[in-house]
Amino acid sequence: MSRGAWRFLLWALVPAPAAGQVVAITGGTVYPVSGPPIEHGTLLLRDGRISAVGASVTVPDGAVRVDATGMWVTPGLIHAGSTLGLKLFEVGAQEETEEDFVTGEVKAAFNVGEGIDPAAVSIPVARLEGITTAVTAPAGGLIPGQAVLIDLAGTRLDELLVKSPAAMIADLSQGGKAAGGGSRAGAVLRLRRVLRDAIEYAKRREDFRKAQMQPLAASADDLEALQPVVGGTLPLFVIANRRSDIENALRLAADFKLRLVVWGGVEAWQVAPELARAAVPVVLEPLTDVPRFDALGARLDNATLLRAAGVKVVAAQRDAAHFRDLRQAAGNEVRNGMSWADALRSVTLSAAEAAGIEGSRGSLEPGKVANVVVWSGDPLELSSQVRHLFIHGVEIPLQSRQTELFRRYRTLPPAY
Amino acid sequence: MRVPNLATCAGPGVAALLTGACAVATSSTPTARVSDTLSVQRSQYASTYVRRESPPVLIRNATILTAAGPEMTHSSVLFADGRIVAVGADSGLPVGTVVVDGTGKYVTPGVIDTHSHLGVYSAPGTPSQSDGNEATDPVTPQVWAEHSFWPQDPQIPLAIAGGVTVIQVLPGSANLIGGRSVTLRLIPARTVQEMKYPDAPYGVKMACGENPKGTYGQKNGPSTRMGNVAGYRAAFAAAEQYGRKWDTWLRTKAGDAPARDLKLETLADVLRGKLLVHIHCYRADEMAQMLDLAREFGFHIRSFHHATEGYKIADLLARDSVSASVWADWWGFKMESLDGIPENAALLQQAGARTIIHSDSEDGIQRLNQEAAKAMYAGRNAGIAVTREQAIRWITANPAWALGIDSTTGTLEPGKHADVVVWSGDPFSVYSKAERVYNDGWLVFDRSDTTRQYRTDFNIGITQPGVGQ
Repeated sequence: MSRGAWRFLLWALVPAPAAGQVVAITGGTVYPVSGPPIEHGTLLLRDGRISAVGASVTVPDGAVRVDATGMWVTPGLIHAGSTLGLKLFEVGAQEETEEDFVTGEVKAAFNVGEGIDPAAVSIPVARLEGITTAVTAPAGGLIPGQAVLIDLAGTRLDELLVKSPAAMIADLSQGGKAAGGGSRAGAVLRLRRVLRDAIEYAKRREDFRKAQMQPLAASADDLEALQPVVGGTLPLFVIANRRSDIENALRLAADFKLRLVVWGGVEAWQVAPELARAAVPVVLEPLTDVPRFDALGARLDNATLLRAAGVKVVAAQRDAAHFRDLRQAAGNEVRNGMSWADALRSVTLSAAEAAGIEGSRGSLEPGKVANVVVWSGDPLELSSQVRHLFIHGVEIPLQSRQTELFRRYRTLPPAY
Repeated sequence: MRVPNLATCAGPGVAALLTGACAVATSSTPTARVSDTLSVQRSQYASTYVRRESPPVLIRNATILTAAGPEMTHSSVLFADGRIVAVGADSGLPVGTVVVDGTGKYVTPGVIDTHSHLGVYSAPGTPSQSDGNEATDPVTPQVWAEHSFWPQDPQIPLAIAGGVTVIQVLPGSANLIGGRSVTLRLIPARTVQEMKYPDAPYGVKMACGENPKGTYGQKNGPSTRMGNVAGYRAAFAAAEQYGRKWDTWLRTKAGDAPARDLKLETLADVLRGKLLVHIHCYRADEMAQMLDLAREFGFHIRSFHHATEGYKIADLLARDSVSASVWADWWGFKMESLDGIPENAALLQQAGARTIIHSDSEDGIQRLNQEAAKAMYAGRNAGIAVTREQAIRWITANPAWALGIDSTTGTLEPGKHADVVVWSGDPFSVYSKAERVYNDGWLVFDRSDTTRQYRTDFNIGITQPGVGQ
């Protein structure tokens, strides 16, 4: 492809295939995640959806064929804890590139969506690691705000957005303490007050408008935004790492009937049976094992121990500088004892389930959105690379600012 | 540029000049009254490392990456008394040899990290244990990382479990000249002196770019990159004069000895070629400035650290025999790291520059084999023919060179120290683990034996056993 041509593909809108156009990915080993692998499987993509998966699927005439012989075909990876599109540089380095934080402690009404830059240079880099979908989330304070779910293709926010809000974030770890006056117990107390007032507010909106209510623990906007949380429909991702923080979150979830997801979960292995009983998923970083006072019990086989107890495990690399290590993180879950199938699930279907999008993403099943990756080999292995990547059934060129820099400096002196 | 001959001893050059012997080899028992000698003539924080007596070990029928030659299958490594005896076919076994079945396993030299802050930024991270940056003055060559080092850092066993045997502990990058580094064996110890790699030359840490100007921009400067360069130049100009003053006094012994200046003493030893220079630097254009600085003052830069834009000037690094200690793929966490690309290491290798994968991370140090693998495969997938033999050198022989200890470790060759890792499988696979780690012949980690999984004092009663699992 000429330099000019690929530049067009990279920066301009990728034209969607004509309606009814079928893409057939043939010959590869298909890992649907929702079912067993299919040798020499065929995947049909039509109108942005998966229309067929199987070993004996007939490829219609006129289909665009992608030969995946010898390759591995999986759902696009889902990053369940990113700041993709919101943040590039480390904290404080460059304010113009950071959109994940607003001041205050209780910011339930803050939704990060409009801060997303679809042209962020991190997005093409993430795609080169097979990531097609991401939870992108706010940080800071007791309730940092609302995370959204995006697919990593498009030039306008509405093209990227899958679900908004996708989750409410709350922090019961070290980060939430300031809101509670400096103590974990204070943070839990304040969060309970906010949730209690959200329920109370919903019962007495008219009284509130007439100023016939005692002062509430948060603004009306924030309490409105918490309605789906206390209603049990919007997941509450609670940042909790220490065992006692996780137990606090579990009690809170039981008391308020919340749809809890533990985010971080460094010591979650210590309460694995309780998490399994409550059917609470854990989004964790599989490469974390350095003890810190927030969680002294860090260990590399956290994911394995949780899975063995029946907990739904989702892998993520939340650090903005290391989001690209998602599949390496999943590979390390296997290194540290998890089954390969569970590890792949932890960055696909389990991530989709935690974020409530399992109906449309996370596995290769007819009717689901056609976010598909064709890999040169085992996607969790360091030697493999993405060979084809589809989002909404459209093949995305495997280019980024980094591949462009490589092209320039492939031989020295550089090719200006 | 000529690479200076390394001093074969650690310690200030002045001391070596005065005594005619290595400072580290000097007995710590004073034979003269204190007033008879100058402090500079006495032992300077000498290594007290003692090799642990261990039985001879034969690892049989393994795949061996020696970092000194081609990969060997169905081969053996024999070591005894802390030294490699033979690599290749089985030979005669000394009495009492422990035989390890290496079937299906891989053997490499111990992993060496040129860039660690273990012990100076210990876990748990707290202000009380934040001892890596003497951020009170942009030029602090007088501080030594070993004087901050905490041997009970619980990150040490985690790194050992990753196959790491030797690390360079560096001061942080807040300062233009941050201080002396120290090269340590990663072993259980009560004191840093017990970990100091005998006869390893010291390094000096310097830093370019954002960190120094960011740290001092709102104080007394530097606040710009040109201010950074002026700061290095002023320091080395003073050191040049100081070194000459001492050299003259040593020759003539006329009058009182010059006053001892710990800042200039370290920098004068840089100019004498006795200390190895390690520079934190991201951008290509800044590395080129530092090469000019080295030329102006006549010293050699041993390694640029981070060098996320190393690929842009790989030819200059190869020309000046400067190694590059890089990450596999870090980028984008600050403006000067924006242009990092995963093919960096492969492009450096391709240009003939000595390539090193470093960690600068308590997490990354546990998986330097994976990081080397990522960098190797990123190159291969982009069409650069990096071999496994080259890539294993990125975390063994090449860092040994950067630390000036390549004559004694970094490869599996007879006569070298028995710093050896047995991996459960291919070290370039994400699924492989270090199963056994030998440091100078001592089995410091055995994944199948909890009694061989060191726990620091900090770990006891605070963390659960099995962290290395």
